[in-house]
Amino acid sequence: MTNITVKICTGTTCYVMGASQLLSLPQLLPEGLASRVLVEGANCLDFCKNGQHGKAPFVQVNNTVIPEATIEKVKEAIRQAAETD
Amino acid sequence: MIYDNNAIRLRRNLLIDIAKLVMDGNLFEDIDRMPLTMYPQRSDAVRCCIYKDRAITKYRLMAILGHRVENETDELKLLSQYAREALDRQEPATPVLTVIDQACSACQRGSHYVTDACRSCVARPCTVNCRRDAIEVTNKRANIVQEKCINCGLCVKVCPYHAIVYVPVPCEEVCPVDAIVKDETGREHIDNEKCINCGKCMGACPFGAIMERSSIVDVIGRINGDKKTVAMLAPAMAGQFPGGMKKLTSAVKRLGFDDVVEVALGAELTAQNESKEVAEKLSEGTALVTTSCCPAYIEAVNKHVPEMLPYVSDTPTPMHYTGQLVKNDDPDAITVFISPCVAKRQEAIADPTINYVLTTEELGAMLVAAEIEINDCPEAIFEPPASSEGRTFAFSGGVTKAVREHLDETTEIKPVQIDGLDRKKIKLLQAYAKGKCPGNFLEVMSCEGGCVGGPCTLEGVGKARNRVTDFANQTIEKTPQQ
Repeated sequence: MTNITVKICTGTTCYVMGASQLLSLPQLLPEGLASRVLVEGANCLDFCKNGQHGKAPFVQVNNTVIPEATIEKVKEAIRQAAETD
Repeated sequence: MIYDNNAIRLRRNLLIDIAKLVMDGNLFEDIDRMPLTMYPQRSDAVRCCIYKDRAITKYRLMAILGHRVENETDELKLLSQYAREALDRQEPATPVLTVIDQACSACQRGSHYVTDACRSCVARPCTVNCRRDAIEVTNKRANIVQEKCINCGLCVKVCPYHAIVYVPVPCEEVCPVDAIVKDETGREHIDNEKCINCGKCMGACPFGAIMERSSIVDVIGRINGDKKTVAMLAPAMAGQFPGGMKKLTSAVKRLGFDDVVEVALGAELTAQNESKEVAEKLSEGTALVTTSCCPAYIEAVNKHVPEMLPYVSDTPTPMHYTGQLVKNDDPDAITVFISPCVAKRQEAIADPTINYVLTTEELGAMLVAAEIEINDCPEAIFEPPASSEGRTFAFSGGVTKAVREHLDETTEIKPVQIDGLDRKKIKLLQAYAKGKCPGNFLEVMSCEGGCVGGPCTLEGVGKARNRVTDFANQTIEKTPQQ
């Protein structure tokens, strides 16, 4: 079982659109999953720049980019990453 | 706690889009198309249809342009016309909050309901205890006859299955002064004779129907103008963005402000002078002195607790002192106060040292529109730095601590705090004003947690408070002046 990396963009756009709240993700993960997930805040990941990835705030779970991220969407992506592993 | 939601994101997206249009000089050409771009033909509607979504978007934009939605007289008037008026406007106007009639879903009056958890039991404590005979049991289920119910809540307390719930009207529920009320159609209106501009209704409405009248276009216009513009960052701003106050200061400067000052400098003056006033008044035998820095509290005193007026400190607020410092330097400078507060807008309109007020959200939108990465900005140096006591005005208890530090041993204060206003606290204040205050120094903050818990914050109270404390600890302690 490999670790799951979650990068929460804290660039200005993502921050204004709600990234600060997404940073509370570690406290909201179920116990079985929490130990496998590495959550980190990242400087601007540039997903907001050309619009092809959708809208801020962005979170990256392994290689998947999640636009308009919410805690629920990110948790779902983590669950999927854990299952496909 | 999760405090973010789609209504907030929608508002922020619109603020960003408008800021971009003004910065790029495309406001007049593009604004009329915005509601259509947001809800194009055959897209999914959020409400009944895209046409209603578009209409409401228009009103949202009207508020962002600083207009009062209730003042619309001609539905055909274009947003571009409103935009022109906004950029020609010399100063912001009151009232600061506006209700989008079309967006208000006319929530059912706050009522009690019996849920499916009702077992139609033998004991039926609900019917036994209801003093208005408002509960009938039909079809094996208790039912509340709304015409008879007075919302006393007794049935909720006695039901052994917790089967009865109270469904409130969110905006009315949070208003500490009953200033938001329904009209005959069930839609909400703000009674400005009662409203204290605390902004709680704005955050509570799940339909985003209550908005403040923004000054974002006015401020961007002024930055591009020929007068010197000075951004004044409230102490609470140290908690609102990643990178803290130092990077934020550089970022704000990159927006084009000629200077950025910390309002904590003014807070020091407030603390010094308020402590003198406290010492003087208490030695003269005054029973109570209460703080003057929270504008929603002061408005609450003026409108709902006038008996408290003799006890309110006469010392000006940190915003006023800082505005004065800037205007002393350059009387023509345009001062822009920035904080997470809505009520400051009203205070600023009555204060000649302040030209504009922006909220954290509006500043955030401007930074996004100007593509300024705060994380990449250098750390600014504050010359002179404000003291730690000035910087901690941002959270509840900070004012008390600062005032206390300036007092000598001859004055003993017994502080009492009210951290967040609601209906009960207004009643408590009325009692305090009649001599029932258990102390002699009363600090009142309309928002729970103080300014860091304001209605337009980007950051949760806990983290914001930590950042403010970090920033306050980075200053050199000054010795209090005797």
